[in-house]
Amino acid sequence: MSAFTIASIPREELLAPGHRMCQGCGAAIVMRHLLKALGKDIIIAHATGCVEVTTSLYPETAWRVPWIHVAFENAAAVASGIEAAVKALKRKGLMNPEKKVKVVAIGGDGGTVDIGLQALSGMLERGHNVLYVLYDNEAYMNTGIQRSGATPLYAWTTTTPAGKVWRGEWRRKKDIVGIVRAHGIPYVATVNFAYISDFYVKLRKASEIEGPTFIHAYAPCVPGWRYEPHLTVKIAKLAVQTGIWVNYEIDRGSFRVTTPVPKRLPVEEYLKTQGRFAHLMKEEVELIQKLVDEDVDYINKLAGSVVVGPVERK
Amino acid sequence: MSALPGWRELPRGAVILEPGSSVRYKTASWRVLKPVIDQDKCVRCRICWTYCPEPAIVELDQPYTSRSGKAYKVMYAIDYDYCKGCGICAEECPVKAIAMVEEVR
Ligand SMILES: Cc1ncc(C[n+]2csc(CCOP(=O)(O)OP(=O)(O)O)c2C)c(N)n1
Ligand code: SF4
Ligand code: SF4
Ligand code: SF4
Ligand SMILES: [Mg+2]
Repeated sequence: MSAFTIASIPREELLAPGHRMCQGCGAAIVMRHLLKALGKDIIIAHATGCVEVTTSLYPETAWRVPWIHVAFENAAAVASGIEAAVKALKRKGLMNPEKKVKVVAIGGDGGTVDIGLQALSGMLERGHNVLYVLYDNEAYMNTGIQRSGATPLYAWTTTTPAGKVWRGEWRRKKDIVGIVRAHGIPYVATVNFAYISDFYVKLRKASEIEGPTFIHAYAPCVPGWRYEPHLTVKIAKLAVQTGIWVNYEIDRGSFRVTTPVPKRLPVEEYLKTQGRFAHLMKEEVELIQKLVDEDVDYINKLAGSVVVGPVERK
Repeated sequence: MSALPGWRELPRGAVILEPGSSVRYKTASWRVLKPVIDQDKCVRCRICWTYCPEPAIVELDQPYTSRSGKAYKVMYAIDYDYCKGCGICAEECPVKAIAMVEEVR
């Protein structure tokens, strides 16, 4: 098998234009390539959130695959039900048993790490053959930038304002991949579209594996992170280059960093691109750097070698 | 605009039966700056096409020979019905073949 490159991306568009995601929306890039990677033979259960409301303004839809709008908290439960129904239809001879259909659940960070967590846990525990994709824009964007369990330390949101007393979010980002991994499912991975081949390889692998699989996708948000729309891909790349986001997979227990970063940039390079961090003082930036360093040490320990290197100052 | 359908005319569960019907809604009016591709500078790397969030860049099987004599099999064209003018394409183009110019309507 030859390596996946940008030239391998299928031309066919399964996400139609005319959707109302913002100019430069990172989640839109995630959805477009998620669909190209998985192809037509899928059924999606989609939790409400930005992507859901902007792609399905009645009586129109941007989806060119079967797609079900579900509530905020139950994408994983609905996906479980669809998977069980497909099995039953095949058993009863009402559907071609040879027909391959992958059931996919999609949720935002609020819909996944907060309100949808128990539905997700149940789905993983029961072992449904479902791929769950979390697109993480690090807050409840659809309802006006409220913090979620995935909001990073010190980020401004409308419910974690930045002033003299409050300094933005005061809790650390929840380790959702760790929580999911603890269910002992066959495949978990993080993806960042700035590394597009890695994105495709992992989505396809997660889709082909029988059983519950989980993809955590990085999704910059223009108004929520407060940056100019043309910077979406730049910021996504900086997230990996500074080590605040690491591309890795846990494939049937074996851990691997898929985008090694021999020399890291200071995390400040990432933070200064976004208005949600504009209030940060030197000590706060230093604390974030310290926490990133610790996370990177932990990743390198899991990998068994230094795959994400030390910070190199310019 | 025609009158909205009553509930009796809607399909059961109000399901949407036409895939990709959002194409009827043009998002061109969102645009303030407009990307223009210089076909002679473009090296057909596919990066702008990859990162357009709409998608509003189409890949055409249209041969083109650049002024410097390089022959290409494909062309990238902006679909101005849907381009929202985010500028990602211009920012990511490695040879700066896309200019963001003021939209004049
Ligand atoms: C039970 C329930 N509570 C609240 C809401 C309102 N609501 C809809 S989307 C949303 C936030 C979604 O956040 P996230 O999952 O992170 O997706 P995003 O909009 O950021 O893409 C909220 C609070 C709801 N639909 N249902
Ligand atoms: S608010 Fe953010 S996530 Fe939502 S559509 Fe806009 S850019 Fe995308
Ligand atoms: S400006 Fe944005 S929306 Fe328009 S073609 Fe470029 S990437 Fe697509
Ligand atoms: S990014 Fe630039 S060089 Fe590459 S295909 Fe687009 S216009 Fe051409
Ligand atoms: Mg969110």
